[in-house]
Amino acid sequence: MTANAQSISLPPAPALLSGRGWTGFLVALLLVCAVAPALNLLVPVGNPLHLSDYGVALVGKIMCFAICALAMDLIWGYTGILSLGHGLFFALGGYAMGMYLMRQIGRDGNYQSDLPDFMVFLDWKELPWHWALSDSFMATLALVVLVPGLVALVFGFFAFRSRIKGVYFSIITQAMTFAAMLLFFRNETGFGGNNGFTDFKRILGTPIATQNMRMVLFVLTGLTLLGFFLFGRWLIASKFGRVLQAIRDAETRVMFSGYNPLPYKLTIWVISAVMCGVAGALYVPQVGIINPSEMSVANSIEIAIWAAVGGRATLVGPIAGAFIVNGAKSWLTVTAPEFWLYFLGALFIAVTLFLPDGVVGLVKKLKGVKA
Amino acid sequence: MRKCPSGCRSLGIGILFFFIAKCACALTHENAVAMAAGDADARIAALARAVADEPDARTAAFIQALADDAVKFKGERVWVVKDGQGADPVTGETTALPEDAEDVMNNNRLRGELDTALAALQLFGPDRSARLAAVAALVKEPNPALLGLLDKALTTETDGTVKTQLVLARSAALLGSDDGAQRLAAAKALAQSQTPATQLLLNQRLAEETDPVVKSAIQASLRVIADGLKLGDYLGTLFTGISLGSVLLLVALGLAITYGLMGVINMAHGELMMIGAYATYLVQGLFRTHLPGAFDWYLVAALPVAFITSALVGAALERGVLRFLYGRPLETLLATWGISLVLMQAVRSLFGAQNVGVENPSWMSGGVQVLANLTLPYNRLVIIAFAGAVLLGMAWLIGRTRLGLFVRGVTQNRPMASCMGVNTARIDTYAFALGSGIAGLAGCALSQVGNVGPDLGQNYIVDAFMVVVVGGVGQLAGAVYAALGLGMASKLLEGWTGAVLAKIAVLVFIIVFIQKRPQGIFAMKGREA
Repeated sequence: MTANAQSISLPPAPALLSGRGWTGFLVALLLVCAVAPALNLLVPVGNPLHLSDYGVALVGKIMCFAICALAMDLIWGYTGILSLGHGLFFALGGYAMGMYLMRQIGRDGNYQSDLPDFMVFLDWKELPWHWALSDSFMATLALVVLVPGLVALVFGFFAFRSRIKGVYFSIITQAMTFAAMLLFFRNETGFGGNNGFTDFKRILGTPIATQNMRMVLFVLTGLTLLGFFLFGRWLIASKFGRVLQAIRDAETRVMFSGYNPLPYKLTIWVISAVMCGVAGALYVPQVGIINPSEMSVANSIEIAIWAAVGGRATLVGPIAGAFIVNGAKSWLTVTAPEFWLYFLGALFIAVTLFLPDGVVGLVKKLKGVKA
Repeated sequence: MRKCPSGCRSLGIGILFFFIAKCACALTHENAVAMAAGDADARIAALARAVADEPDARTAAFIQALADDAVKFKGERVWVVKDGQGADPVTGETTALPEDAEDVMNNNRLRGELDTALAALQLFGPDRSARLAAVAALVKEPNPALLGLLDKALTTETDGTVKTQLVLARSAALLGSDDGAQRLAAAKALAQSQTPATQLLLNQRLAEETDPVVKSAIQASLRVIADGLKLGDYLGTLFTGISLGSVLLLVALGLAITYGLMGVINMAHGELMMIGAYATYLVQGLFRTHLPGAFDWYLVAALPVAFITSALVGAALERGVLRFLYGRPLETLLATWGISLVLMQAVRSLFGAQNVGVENPSWMSGGVQVLANLTLPYNRLVIIAFAGAVLLGMAWLIGRTRLGLFVRGVTQNRPMASCMGVNTARIDTYAFALGSGIAGLAGCALSQVGNVGPDLGQNYIVDAFMVVVVGGVGQLAGAVYAALGLGMASKLLEGWTGAVLAKIAVLVFIIVFIQKRPQGIFAMKGREA
């Protein structure tokens, strides 16, 4: 058997990005790191080229969502596992960061106490045990990665070991998020109940609500998104990524070929969860609030639609999808709020019926027709 | 008596006994003014005086008016206000109401006294149920000032049940007596009244009691009562569990067809229920405007309307959207989620985002009292029966009819059914419409026990999927056991841990359960699957 295996030559791994791909990547890098800060900070207000603070906040937020969509694409588009629980990982990362930000408020809260306001309100005298690490920024960074990662690892291990697949998996991930949301709504859980965390004052000792800090977070988010994009490209081109796609297309055949799908599925599941956690941690300081509604069933399904609109099993697609859907959302909820849900609902139906490959697929098709 | 320190109570009794002897029977101006104006203690004393002696109809009417906040006073005169006119409480003549007459203000304590007084007046009424209700109120809010009244009622009362209750009320009142022997007798007698109200009463007394003999008697009575109540509590939990189970069953039965038999993940199932509930709301409105006489039976007409409306919407969905997604469950999930968003927003646009009011017909309100602390509401009982009926109907439809045969055939082997001449596409539509229609029926039932609003479906969809998943795909029996089991489990846990933790525990249990038995409790075996 080994002799045979050696004689099979694997196709060479494709380049990370094509020439045009690298150009596009560099343009995006430049936009995030130089153009956007310059337009926001240097161009004076009133100039048509000025990028408003609102615009920075919006694009920063959408870039966080794009990371989620990317994570969803890795697990759904490339591995064929639809998770309806990614909102939980997003929120867990956000809560980990939120705890740190709450501690950074110090004595500037309404009650001038060392404890966060909601604990004073609940008449708690000391920090609960799970807040022990919230003073340290480094520990928080570790938690942002470890908490969603561990939750995903435990949940995924048991689910994949019992070979729960397809819709069953989707439904129990949904149950998981729902249970977590109920848990976080409780005041006794120690995460601020249904108000969650808000009124953040500073991060790493510097005020959080300044133009410069907002720009720093924006650039960080953009770099993270681009970094995850490159990581995704590398991952799916690797042998590991090929096995994932094989699992998506014919899991039984993969098993008959001598692979155990469990570690593959588990690894990508944890990676995907951690990416969502990081996105949540970047999201919270920019938006200034985190509460249990982030874990609602609807939010998690929306992540799936971002990936589907952009185009599954392409890495540019989910990012584009996140921008398209959320752009439409922030535009529609202002101009015609009652139409937003009609639009979103129609989008779900239209994409599944007519655009299985999403916008990216559509563009490719149109190009193909032209050529 | 509401929260009244014992000092004020004994003061009240003192004043009462002092006045009883020389009380005038009919309502006088002085009495009326004394009851309406002055400080609270004096008014309560006057009230007790008026009630303790055999009061006439005018006194009763005046106390009622006081309780209704319909009395004004100025100086030494009082008026009962009715339709903007003032009437003299003693003579009943309509007189001019001065502009600057003040409203009689009742604080909470006075309100309690007024209620007790009204109940006491009812004791001599001709209506047995009114008397019974009055005694029950007096057991709950005992007032030593009314002892004389109770004794008098005991001599005139002929009905056995009312008499027993009167004795209890007397014991409850005697519990506050100054005489230790009387308290002891009362504490022993109260063991017969096994209601939460008596329990509370005894506990309150226990906290104040100083006499060790009486104390131990109260404790003994409390133990007896607790034992008696335990059964009721237990049965009550059982009943709420079954009730929740029946609701879950109704919600899940439709899913058992669309998901269990057809394999379609219908996230819009909850919204089909919502459509059924709104159909009920519309039928209710029609009956109210056009057939007010038959309003009690609107629900009977609403059932077919709810079924047909939801079934039509379901059929349209199947023909328009789901048909193209068979064999792609994940896409179906997303598309139906989109449909649910559209339906929800459509209802919001048509009926507003607020909940709408759906009333119980009069024959469904109220309940049957089984034990002192166990009342089974009629609407819950009706829904349990209804869930059973729908279940039987469906079992018959799927198991015994030609349509059911075709549905089973298409489910088990589509190509073969097609070869045998079954129009599979049509059967798909019928089956989906049937599942949707049952969702409509569930919505109609839910409108009787919960709020009807655009979010109605969202609240049940996770639970409904849990029932189907736990029960196992392709089986009705599984759905029944799962619905009842989950209903009981959540209600039993609720007693321990509170509603939210119970819900979380159930969800966690299901997640663990699916690990062990991904196929559900009842899985089809071998070639059937």
